[in-house]
Amino acid sequence: MSSRTTLIVGLVGLVAVIGLTFVLDPYRNYQLATIAAYLCVVAGLTMLTGVNGQLSLGHAALAACGAYCYAFTANGLAEQEVTGPVLLILPILAAVAGAAVLGLIVGLAAARLHGPYLAGVTLALVLALPAITSRFSDVFNGDQGLYISVERRPEFLAGRGGTEMFQAWVAIACAALVVILLRNLMKGNFGRQMRAVRDNEVAAAIAGVNVARTKVIAFTVSSAAAGAGGAVLAFMTQSASPGAFSLVFSLFLLMAAVIGGIGTLYGALWGSILLVVLPDAIGSLTKSLSLSPEVAQRLDGNLAVGLFGAIMVLVVIVAPLGIQGLLRKGRLKMQSRGTPQSVPVPK
Amino acid sequence: MELERFLFLTVDGLARGAVLAVFALSLVLIWRAARIINFSQGAIAMAATYLAFVVTSATGNYWLGLVAALLGGAAIGFVVERGVMRYVSSVNPLNSVIAALGVLLVIQAIIGMLFGNGYHPMQVPFSQSPLPWLAGLSISAYDLFVFACVGFVVIGLAVLFGKTNVGLRMRAAAFSPELARLLGVRSNRMITLGWMLASALSALAALLVVPTELGLNPHSTDAVFVYAFTIAVVGGLDSAPGAVVGGLVVGVLLSWVSGYLGATLSPVAVLVLLLAVLLIKPGGIFSVTKERTA
Repeated sequence: MSSRTTLIVGLVGLVAVIGLTFVLDPYRNYQLATIAAYLCVVAGLTMLTGVNGQLSLGHAALAACGAYCYAFTANGLAEQEVTGPVLLILPILAAVAGAAVLGLIVGLAAARLHGPYLAGVTLALVLALPAITSRFSDVFNGDQGLYISVERRPEFLAGRGGTEMFQAWVAIACAALVVILLRNLMKGNFGRQMRAVRDNEVAAAIAGVNVARTKVIAFTVSSAAAGAGGAVLAFMTQSASPGAFSLVFSLFLLMAAVIGGIGTLYGALWGSILLVVLPDAIGSLTKSLSLSPEVAQRLDGNLAVGLFGAIMVLVVIVAPLGIQGLLRKGRLKMQSRGTPQSVPVPK
Repeated sequence: MELERFLFLTVDGLARGAVLAVFALSLVLIWRAARIINFSQGAIAMAATYLAFVVTSATGNYWLGLVAALLGGAAIGFVVERGVMRYVSSVNPLNSVIAALGVLLVIQAIIGMLFGNGYHPMQVPFSQSPLPWLAGLSISAYDLFVFACVGFVVIGLAVLFGKTNVGLRMRAAAFSPELARLLGVRSNRMITLGWMLASALSALAALLVVPTELGLNPHSTDAVFVYAFTIAVVGGLDSAPGAVVGGLVVGVLLSWVSGYLGATLSPVAVLVLLLAVLLIKPGGIFSVTKERTA
């Protein structure tokens, strides 16, 4: 797709989604905001894992770092009685910066590690998070987490839409910024360097790519995106707690990237939508079956987890390029049927 | 008093480390057989422990439960290898990690649906209070049982791989599957056997360690897996003696950290240790040969 079509598709999509927030009821708007928040994290993860080949199981911890940075900054500003857009924007920037610093530290170590080793280190990072929050519970308030004073919706919105609509706007704005920045990074020279490092480190080094630097920058940028996602989640829930960023959440993020189509931003979008829609659909399905409360409680959550796991296994075996890969294949087939002379070569 | 506490922590750490060493050995086995770090190992072990729990509750006999866990673990390992991992393309090494994580989610979900997400307390066959005739060392009968099991496993594996025909075939299939096949070894079968053996071992480790902690829960082996992974990496993924020594060292270290600095810090200590070892010697302390890339 050329840059111009991407731009047009992106703009039309953005306008359509913002228009959607006026129509949807508050609960759906909240779900829309959640999708956007997930998209920030998954987009960063898909760049790191799909384009640069570094597998991270620790993006939940990086998002948590963003959420806590958001919490500290927002509460600090609220104590100074700062209100208005500053109370919204400054904490988000702090979250991005905080997560980027943590990502830089992990990335410096990650640059020397490969595949499963890196996965193991990032896995340990996720498990260390609740340990840290409960050890230093006077700072992080333990398992309960922090309450955050957030910027309320602006006055002029009072008659038109609920808090959820404002949340959706903030989330969509963040997601759009993250996606635009990541897209430019992936399309440009740096994207080529990341792919070169992923495919063959020795060849990349011979071609003049600084392998270690590329890996560290990729990890830092990806962490910053995760931090933005964490900040949006913290803003939406008005809290930052270790329970919200568990190991399972980390695996879900990876799953969203894989099922959507690893290495593509469209794939990150499909994956994030699935991450919100599928548990919701399963929830309403089990509700409609009118099961006994005990059975329903056992199915609740577990069914979605199992289904996600099964889909992830299936995708890896049957369609390694995920939903976006299937869509692309379908489109290429359609195009080649129309004009047999010009069969586009997939990249 | 100080010395007594130090001894207690050290012995406790050795017992825990011995169990973790068995778990780490199971990771090393699969790594050597298939060049895969099996991220679903914890879930497989957890499911087998649930099997032991069911059998022990139904019959009242711990030993029947133990046998059920070993057989059940091997069976789950068989299903996972033959049903899933065999079909994962090895072109990209990340694929097998992702597939194993998918298996992990599926197993945890199935167990959660069958048994709920609550904790089930588990019994042990021997007392966990210190033996009077070893006064001062604070070793319990259960610790001795654990040491005996681990010793049996280590010697058994050494004999299997060092002295028997099957062990030789497994080593050959792991070292060079194509060449081994030309020489008449059924490489695929050997890899499956490796998975079954490893899964049974991890089931044993989980069965030994779960009763000493909070109890049985679909996530009760998550942390155990990370500790075992750390041990396997510290010892070098290719080295079985490294896993055993690494297990004991890490076990004692964790016990000291949680005893002197606070129990909640042990995951942090593991993270620091893992990072330190990987940064100083990325192949692990006991690594001798360079890792194969194929």
